[in-house]
Amino acid sequence: MMPVTQASDYAREVDSIYMFITYFGIFFYSIIVIGLGYFIYKYRRRRQNEDTPDITHNTALEIIWTVIPSIPLVVMAFWGFNTYMQARVAPADSLEIKVIAKKWAWEFTYPNGMSFGQEMHVPAGRPVKLVMISQDVIHDFYLPDFRIKADIVPSRYTQLWFQSDEPGEHQVFCAEYCGRDHSNMLAKVIVDTEEQYQQWLEQKAEEAMNMPLPELGKLLYVNKGCNTCHSIDGTRIQGPSFKGIWGQTHQFSNAQPAVVDENYVRESLLQPTAKVRAGYEAIMPSFQGLLREREIQALAEYVKSLK
Amino acid sequence: MAEVLTQRTPAAVHQPEGNFLTENTGLLNWMFTVDHKRIGLMYFWTIMTMFFVGGVLALVLRTELLTPKTTIVSAEVYNQLFTLHGVIMTFLVLVPVIPATLGNFVLPMMLGAKDVAFPRLNLLSYYLYVFGALLAVGAIIGGGLDTGWTFYTPYSSTISGGVSIMTMGAFVLGFSSILTGVNFIATIHRLRAPGLSWYNMPLFVWGMYATAVIQVLATPVIGITMVLLLMERLFQVGIFDASLGGDPVLFQHFFWFYSHPVVYIMILPGMACISEVIPTFSHKPIFGYKAVAWSSVGIAVVSFFVWGHHMFVSGQSEFAGAIFSFLTFVVAIPSGVKVWNWLATMYRGSISLGAPMLYAIAFLLLFGIGGLTGLFLATVAVDVHLHDTYFIVAHFHYVMMGGTLIAFFAGLHYWWPKMYGRMYNEFWAAMGCLLVFLGFNGTFIPQFIVGSRGMPRRYYNYLDQFQFLHVASTIGSYVLAIGLVTMAAALIVPLFRKRYDAPNNPWGAASLEWTVSSPPPTHNFHHVPVVTHGPYDFKAARRLEQMESHS
Repeated sequence: MMPVTQASDYAREVDSIYMFITYFGIFFYSIIVIGLGYFIYKYRRRRQNEDTPDITHNTALEIIWTVIPSIPLVVMAFWGFNTYMQARVAPADSLEIKVIAKKWAWEFTYPNGMSFGQEMHVPAGRPVKLVMISQDVIHDFYLPDFRIKADIVPSRYTQLWFQSDEPGEHQVFCAEYCGRDHSNMLAKVIVDTEEQYQQWLEQKAEEAMNMPLPELGKLLYVNKGCNTCHSIDGTRIQGPSFKGIWGQTHQFSNAQPAVVDENYVRESLLQPTAKVRAGYEAIMPSFQGLLREREIQALAEYVKSLK
Repeated sequence: MAEVLTQRTPAAVHQPEGNFLTENTGLLNWMFTVDHKRIGLMYFWTIMTMFFVGGVLALVLRTELLTPKTTIVSAEVYNQLFTLHGVIMTFLVLVPVIPATLGNFVLPMMLGAKDVAFPRLNLLSYYLYVFGALLAVGAIIGGGLDTGWTFYTPYSSTISGGVSIMTMGAFVLGFSSILTGVNFIATIHRLRAPGLSWYNMPLFVWGMYATAVIQVLATPVIGITMVLLLMERLFQVGIFDASLGGDPVLFQHFFWFYSHPVVYIMILPGMACISEVIPTFSHKPIFGYKAVAWSSVGIAVVSFFVWGHHMFVSGQSEFAGAIFSFLTFVVAIPSGVKVWNWLATMYRGSISLGAPMLYAIAFLLLFGIGGLTGLFLATVAVDVHLHDTYFIVAHFHYVMMGGTLIAFFAGLHYWWPKMYGRMYNEFWAAMGCLLVFLGFNGTFIPQFIVGSRGMPRRYYNYLDQFQFLHVASTIGSYVLAIGLVTMAAALIVPLFRKRYDAPNNPWGAASLEWTVSSPPPTHNFHHVPVVTHGPYDFKAARRLEQMESHS
């Protein structure tokens, strides 16, 4: 019935309830369909003024068909809630990953304080706890293969946890409508073996530290989701393109014209609404506290390199 | 028209000079009428216009979803279209469709009254509806609005566009709904004919009463919520927006405190129609009158305490989740009771399959699926997976369209002869019903599957693996559209053909609206009727009719 990968014990448990309700539904729906079909045929009107018995009520029957179907409903309510509670309480030894959602990109920050783009790598067999917050509107982290989902709200942390049996790749959707590119706000959870995961993490960290600035900037451009709104080939998406803007004088709808230089890039990242390009909306979120100094420099260098 | 009526009306009844359609014609007479029947018809055509617009939007949306990427419209347009479709269908069609059209038209006649208790208020409610509809539709067309019909903050409080005007529209529409509710409550309490005790009222009236209670109690909450949202947008009062010190989730509580009961404002009138059609076409009294009547009231009461089941993943407390899940199962029980009672009514009946009955059967089959799939969503752990996927979309379409609208169609075919004095075309009505039934299932069964597989709703682009099911759903929606057009033709074309003239009581029904001519005289009854038999005592009604025509 639910032909989605079952990536965890929890997913299997949810599917058992799903199947229980399905069987319950099929059973009672069959009664309705068979009863209807039988009555329509058996008691079809054969002639005008056909006589019918005056059956008006039957209290015993009313009680039976109220009480009996209610019993499985109680089972559903308890089973469903107990299972749900398992998904709410993360084990103490969970690997903690911070999730920041913003229009329309994800940021996953690992225990080493670094983040590397729209793919979340996690080790198999270890519980992973997500601590999530939104930077703008409500988003929702939805991982169908694990049957888990939680809204991500500004101003308050929400949590989820999951544990995968084996390595694999799983789709993440944003499941709360968040504006134009809602349906492009996708990500992946990549489950590695514990070893692969550690290797990946070290390698990524090293790469980021030793990378020349423009290359790091190029990486951040994708990882931080700049590319959802800013192109590098001159096409207009939601925000202005980065192509060839370095050293140009820009017009703003709310400030005096200014030249694109290091300070301008820095201000645009930390206080994006201070200078809003003429002809564009002030929709960019602030990256205050989300970028290190070296990363800001790297992004400036990257923009400089885009001739 | 008049001479035909003379032929059809039993000799003993006073001959009407004309009827509410033929007397005092002219645009101004209609615009300022306080006749509940005319107001019912004005509501009917206005709501059907909105339904047409909402339906065309649905077809555009389904066509866009034929391919995983851009098909015919851009993402911005798509997001505005599904918002417009949702707003039109919920606030402008589903909420008023049965109470304001069929309710206005037949409820006073069922009670043996000349009109509703407050006829001028009734007219005001119509114009508030028109004004609210213009604001709501104007906001989307003029300003652009892509919040979805749920207007969740902080998205709705931070984007530019027509949100402010839209919220004013929803506010005004709320008053239209409240006025109808107040009117029906007063009418049912005060204007029942002699002999019409509460347990002698047709179940349609019980359904309208339960609906009216919810309308009066729940609708002010959406009005208040909309005012708070306006205050935040216009005066920066921090209520929902976290950056102003508000709480975005609070909006969801307010919104669903209205919008869950509103689901029952939609479905209870549908159940009310079905409770008339099934006994009449089974030629047998309703089984368990009191169970059906009180289950409506039970649903109305419990409906106020289940709003949190829309918010299992919103971050509300686990304890609240448990309570809301449990109460949601409680509200499922009276709906099930009604289904068993309808089935039992057919047992040993004498069932004729006129179009109203065909729609009632379609209702049982579709609402059955809508109700049973609701159990998945009441179960917390399963809902977490299915929340905000196409499974939800399919579920509420089964309840809202498969339930409310199909029941409305049943009621519309049932009372159509009373409204216009003309029968519908039986063959094409049956074909319409069949196409609607097949098309509807074709549209929404694939959505259950694609939702179970994890396809989120409100997605402009989607993953390639979901395309087959989306194409199937789109084809289903085209069949559904053809079915609806067929149905409309089967109803409207006979209006221009004299041979479809309807008798006073084409179905042999036993409630009071069938004792007057079709269409009814302007003041419904020439003498205050005295009720001597129950609303489903078809034998007594037949004896009475024969006596009158012989005397």
